[in-house]
Amino acid sequence: MRAPRPAWIWVPVSAGVLAAAMVVGAAAGSAGFGPLDAAAALLSRLPFSPVASPLNDLQFAVLVELRLPRVVLGAMVGGLLAAAGAAYQGVFRNPLADPYLLGAAGGAGLGATLVLAYGSDLLDSPRALVPVAAFVGALAGVAAAYLLGAVAGTGGTATLVLAGVAVSSFLSAGQTLVQMLRTQELRRIYTWLLGGLGRGGWDDVGMVAPYAAVGLAVLMVSGRLLDLLALGDEKAVSLGLNATAVRVAVIAAASLCTAAAVAVSGLIGFVGIVVPHIVRRLVGTGYRMILPVSLLTGAAFLVLVDIAARTAIAPAELPLGVVTAFLGAPFFVFVLRTTRNRAG
Amino acid sequence: MRSARRLPAVLLLAALTLSACGGGQEPADQDQGAASPGEGFPVTVEDGTGEVTIEARPERIVSLSPSSTEMLFEIGAGDQVVAADEFSNYPEDAPTTDLSGFTPSVEAVSEYNPDLVIMARDAEDAAAQLREVDVPVLLIPAAETLDDTYSQMRMLGEATGHAQEADEAADRVESELDAVVQETTEEVGEVDLTYYHELDDGMYSATSQTFIGQVYERFGLENIADEAEDTAGGYPQLSAEFIVDQNPDLVFLAYEGEDAVADLRGRPAFDSVTAVKNDDIVQLDPDIASRWGPRVVDLAESVSEAVTAAARER
Repeated sequence: MRAPRPAWIWVPVSAGVLAAAMVVGAAAGSAGFGPLDAAAALLSRLPFSPVASPLNDLQFAVLVELRLPRVVLGAMVGGLLAAAGAAYQGVFRNPLADPYLLGAAGGAGLGATLVLAYGSDLLDSPRALVPVAAFVGALAGVAAAYLLGAVAGTGGTATLVLAGVAVSSFLSAGQTLVQMLRTQELRRIYTWLLGGLGRGGWDDVGMVAPYAAVGLAVLMVSGRLLDLLALGDEKAVSLGLNATAVRVAVIAAASLCTAAAVAVSGLIGFVGIVVPHIVRRLVGTGYRMILPVSLLTGAAFLVLVDIAARTAIAPAELPLGVVTAFLGAPFFVFVLRTTRNRAG
Repeated sequence: MRSARRLPAVLLLAALTLSACGGGQEPADQDQGAASPGEGFPVTVEDGTGEVTIEARPERIVSLSPSSTEMLFEIGAGDQVVAADEFSNYPEDAPTTDLSGFTPSVEAVSEYNPDLVIMARDAEDAAAQLREVDVPVLLIPAAETLDDTYSQMRMLGEATGHAQEADEAADRVESELDAVVQETTEEVGEVDLTYYHELDDGMYSATSQTFIGQVYERFGLENIADEAEDTAGGYPQLSAEFIVDQNPDLVFLAYEGEDAVADLRGRPAFDSVTAVKNDDIVQLDPDIASRWGPRVVDLAESVSEAVTAAARER
């Protein structure tokens, strides 16, 4: 296995890109003030600052309570999805694995759909329960796929992926059924399913943070283990690794990351599959590098995509999941093609 | 299982009854001659897709659109409505069933043996199937203007044998609405207020190019969503940032939920918005705010109240 030293370079590079993306994200938006005004306004709040804020209270509220948390949330969601995607690809030794393959999206979608469709019968404000339901649904979806894969097959990764596909279709059929039964809630459900950060505030950042911390901590230390798994189970076991335990731990951590991201953002596809692909081309095949660089690149990617989503047709917004799919799908085909050419 | 076995029989029966009706039609019409109920038929009206000819005065109408149901009752054709879709909850004596207007089932509709079916514009496939078995169908597009509302009422009047009553009803709705607007403007003068109309908490809105936007426009209100005029067919999804920055004087919520107003207040940065500070957030009846029927006057009254209250605060 190569551990190419130049690969390290991508950590500061991607961190730099992320920082730049976040600065642009904080400066760009439909409210009528420019980046310099935004910077001056933030500087003016520093103690003993000589700078006077050029923004009125309303604009300052927009900047601090809407735009900044949205940028932070975008970075968290993108980073979580990309890191989870990289981890799934490592566990399944399948470059096509992504956070949504194993029933996470289907489960989250069904959970959120159920709350949005029937929640108002039971509760005054079901909206608050949507992230919880999405979270529980995502974990349940992955658990179902894992159990089904273990029961139905030999426990190999191919069986698991196929079980995930089956569970996903089943869950999304359930979603569609609920939507058809509750057409009056269709728009709300649809809005959520398309994915977006439009309602994100510091509360959401706080909500995701603990799950993100736990999930990412596990993923970031599992890079070396994934590299060992890549040698093959027999080799890994001979090196003293409990392959099954590693798999379960990584799948659980990646699913936790996915669930946390999906809970606040709705369904945003393709980040988890495309970003690790790009990263793999840059840093090589070692997961010790792929995981952290995917985290940073995914974060930067989603911040940039969100800037596009909220400025392209401002003051209206594009659904984030639609933008990532538009960018992701063609790119993915391109990657598949060039990978094939190289191999052939 | 049971209903699955029953279904073909019902369909067959429906088909037979329908063909029997078709066969017996002409002599019946001749018998009636100039007698009142059949008078004026056959009529040809223009629906959302083209011309539709209705041979005889419909007596078994199935309405799959809540707006149309409200109009039918308003114009005196309520007695002829035998079934209405699941969301046709007004007026009280509307024969609401579990029929879906969203995904219309031709089989379920034909069980009511209708001689006229009224559907929303996007149900064209089901309409084609019904027309195939000689059931006249009117496809009613969503109203884009207030005038569409009045002309749809008149069209339904002609199609159901209530042309005159429909004419009167349309005139009445129009003049009542005008009166509400006029009283309000007289009371508060020229208002210079902006508003934000929210369709759901995903921050979808409606521009002035929509039916609902036109109602607000009558009161001289300025719509903050109009900057997004070209997107989403008049129903753009706005960003929170834009809404707060526009600082609307009035907020109208067109959806249900006891905590909807509190939820809006609690959104990040929304506490800086004038409408939120002054408590000028109005939760509308979602049915009234989404149907272009006779109750548009009720909608206008809600808007009038809000405008009056907000204008007094200045």
